[in-house]
Amino acid sequence: MVTAVTSFGRSGLYDWMIQRVSGVAMAAYVIFLVGFILTTPDVGYAEWKELYSSLCMRVFSLVTLLSLAAHAWIGLWAVLTDYLTNRMMGSKATVLRVVAQMALGVVTVTYVVWGIEILWGF
Amino acid sequence: MGEKRCNSTVNKNRPVNLDLATIKLPITAYVSILHRVSGVVLFAGVAILLCMLDASLESAESFAALKEGLQNPIYQFLIWGTLAALAYHMVAGIRHLIMDCGIGETLEGGQTGAKIALVIAAVLIVLAGVWIW
Repeated sequence: MVTAVTSFGRSGLYDWMIQRVSGVAMAAYVIFLVGFILTTPDVGYAEWKELYSSLCMRVFSLVTLLSLAAHAWIGLWAVLTDYLTNRMMGSKATVLRVVAQMALGVVTVTYVVWGIEILWGF
Repeated sequence: MGEKRCNSTVNKNRPVNLDLATIKLPITAYVSILHRVSGVVLFAGVAILLCMLDASLESAESFAALKEGLQNPIYQFLIWGTLAALAYHMVAGIRHLIMDCGIGETLEGGQTGAKIALVIAAVLIVLAGVWIW
């Protein structure tokens, strides 16, 4: 058994809900972007910049970015707690898993900060 | 009291076989494992997508350079891999949402849903390839 101390919402029910809400937000973003690219005859820099200059698109992008962070944390937590287990590799599994989660957490925060810099930095 | 009885009847030291190579998995298991694999791939793929977003917005020159770079087969393959993982992960995720609504929760329903998800994902992955090349 794995203790749930490193889970995102500190409860399976919260994690379940966050995973779904964030998934829907990201799916909406992907469908919108693919739709925009396919329905805009010739996407040049001007059209692209105009799209990302609007506050709506920046908010939509930020929501997607934050959804990604939560969604990835919950998903990777599920994967890590399933495969880096004491049964599979003894007591060092816990240390390994916590180190892996810290590394993945750093990557996740980097994605968020980098994304914000991109969205508000051009 | 209940826990004590349970502990005495269930031998905790029973052998456990989790060797995936020796277990015949149903189609739903493959769909589930691929959902995990595609999720892990996507986490890395986000770095590629953010790189592209950065280059596309920074300036007209970097936008043009990105467009030029997209002719490179290595980049094309990396982007196709990311889009393939995205397409599969999204389809499998939508399957979860549909099942959360109580649709296709039976054994047959789950297997049918798994097959539908695989077919739709395969079509989208091919379309993504067509889009890139």
